[in-house]
Amino acid sequence: MRPMLPQLVIISALAFTAPAVKAQSNTSNTGGDIVARGEYLARVGDCIACHTAPEGQPFAGGRAMQTPFGALYTSNITPDPVTGIGRWTADDFYTTMHTGRFPSGGLLYPAMPFASYTKVTRADSDAIFAYLKSIPPVRQKNRSHDLHFPYDNRELILGWRTLFFREGEFKSDPAKSPEWNRGAYLVDGLGHCGMCHSPINALGGSSQADAFKGGLIPMQNWYAPSLTSNREAGLGDWSLKDITDLLQAGASKRGVVFGPMAEVVHNSLQYLTDEDARAMAVYLKGIAEASPKAPPASSLPGSESSLLISLGKTVYDARCAGCHGVNGEGRPPHWPPLANNQSIDMPSAVNPIRMVLNGGYPPGTRGNPRPYGMPPFAGLLSDNEIAAVVSYIRTSWGNRGMPVSAREANELRAAPLD
Amino acid sequence: MSDVMHRTCAVRPVPRGGRWARACGALTFATVGLLFAIGMPMAPAMAQTAPDTMAARVEACTPCHGNRGEGTSDVYFPRLAGKPSGYLYNQLLAFRSGRRKYPPMNYLLEFLPNAYLQEMADYFADQRPAQPDPAPITVSDDILQRGEALATGGDSAAQVPACASCHGAELTGMEPGIPGLLGLRPNYVSAQLGAWRYGTRTATSPDCMQPVAAKLTEADVTAVAAYLATLPAPENAAPLPKGSYALPFPCGSAPN
Repeated sequence: MRPMLPQLVIISALAFTAPAVKAQSNTSNTGGDIVARGEYLARVGDCIACHTAPEGQPFAGGRAMQTPFGALYTSNITPDPVTGIGRWTADDFYTTMHTGRFPSGGLLYPAMPFASYTKVTRADSDAIFAYLKSIPPVRQKNRSHDLHFPYDNRELILGWRTLFFREGEFKSDPAKSPEWNRGAYLVDGLGHCGMCHSPINALGGSSQADAFKGGLIPMQNWYAPSLTSNREAGLGDWSLKDITDLLQAGASKRGVVFGPMAEVVHNSLQYLTDEDARAMAVYLKGIAEASPKAPPASSLPGSESSLLISLGKTVYDARCAGCHGVNGEGRPPHWPPLANNQSIDMPSAVNPIRMVLNGGYPPGTRGNPRPYGMPPFAGLLSDNEIAAVVSYIRTSWGNRGMPVSAREANELRAAPLD
Repeated sequence: MSDVMHRTCAVRPVPRGGRWARACGALTFATVGLLFAIGMPMAPAMAQTAPDTMAARVEACTPCHGNRGEGTSDVYFPRLAGKPSGYLYNQLLAFRSGRRKYPPMNYLLEFLPNAYLQEMADYFADQRPAQPDPAPITVSDDILQRGEALATGGDSAAQVPACASCHGAELTGMEPGIPGLLGLRPNYVSAQLGAWRYGTRTATSPDCMQPVAAKLTEADVTAVAAYLATLPAPENAAPLPKGSYALPFPCGSAPN
């Protein structure tokens, strides 16, 4: 009976969602179209980011994925018959994407976002497979994982799956527009946004109830903000244009992308069609929950924080105001505003501290091929000055973040940059 | 409209000392500004965007490399100004891919396209800030003489070619890929030679610098770095044009 179940689900899903199917995908799977469509979908899914090693051949795997449980090495998904997926069928590929099991039945580690990819339609899975079959085969043996005991025991994945994995293709919500459903399909499915933007618990999973609530990305020490709270990256009060600019160009009037999100825009989102970017924007705007701005609450004693903030203003006026403006107004889109900027005053101060320490360039994209960069200040400012300037921008011009301490700034000096 | 304002101002009583008149003049000026703004809606928007210049775009490079690539007080961060753009471009590519490892650079460049890195390289190659003064001499004459011998004549017994045989008689480098060696601090030069000796810095194959650095002793590295830093910059510090002289052996970064 077991093999029958997924098919039944697909059939019933199709039956209920026939009017919205167009919102999910164009299902014609003939000729050269399918390869082009598969290439587009592989970009939306950002397969290349993980399945390519630095200076390695595209899709030949071998990139180390550092996790709290040890290092995982990604696999070769080029069509090489010996070391890649050259002997796989479209059924094998769909089963792997959909169930998180290899054709042999073996279990995939959930670093592969199969909990999201399970929502991908069979037609889209087939297109991605057709594209992967069309790229040059690379003979490169997969490297075995390097996980700490007891995580090297794959049977443990069964427990993870019980807790965190719900198999099943995307189901449209008939109460919503086709555009919203298309956005939901992309964000929850191929886009696998929840892999970073949902909090990760000690078991390396994220629960449905906490979807898109934000969390610190393990190992990377960047904070992936909540996509539902308007106090973080919730897009409830953003215009659709600003959202699509951020996704496609990496820069908008409200802010620019940085850290791990720069990679996502660079490898994936910049290639979105205008229709898909808009659909994602509609959906992301829709899941934002209205959340009133919280009153400022300081974790530092009053006198200490007022000293910090007065030093912060001195540092800000000397180092930052030239680009970001004396009142944090910036010169958008390239020099982002800091006033009324969610990534500055959200509860976690990790990202603003890291931006001051490390600086950074937004990705060079088709919409913004010559981005402007933020200088790194790690070598120019002391821990105290960094804490001061970050505290100042988090509490000025209507921003309602909490001040930060020199210790927090110091700890992030050691955060990895790769 | 500004005429109306003038008339309105004129019929008002002007207090002694003319303060009102000045205020009225200022108001008129503001009104003209407003009309100008309405007539040319792009003007205020332009004023609020970042300047469309490379100088503004490479602001992120300046804390370590100086506003025009002249270097900073940190002795491990090199001068970029005036190096051949092909050399700078190769380094940007190497940092972006992680072949040349320095995490703050690797991180900054990770998602920048080739064409833009070439523009950055061209920008710093074109800068001509003043050359720094020669470094004060901190090593003995013997060491300096050893450095000079290596730089100008090489060491045939150790099969070490002279620096000048590839980097040019004036040590100003050659387009497109061979850097000049002047205006660099000894700490930077010895750190880079060390990195080549230990294989942590590599270049496109054939990596011509690797076998040279591998034959240098630690004392040689100290000597040559110290000697180079004492040289004053020549009148024209620009690299020589491509093909000005033949390289003694093939070099992947500088196809002749």
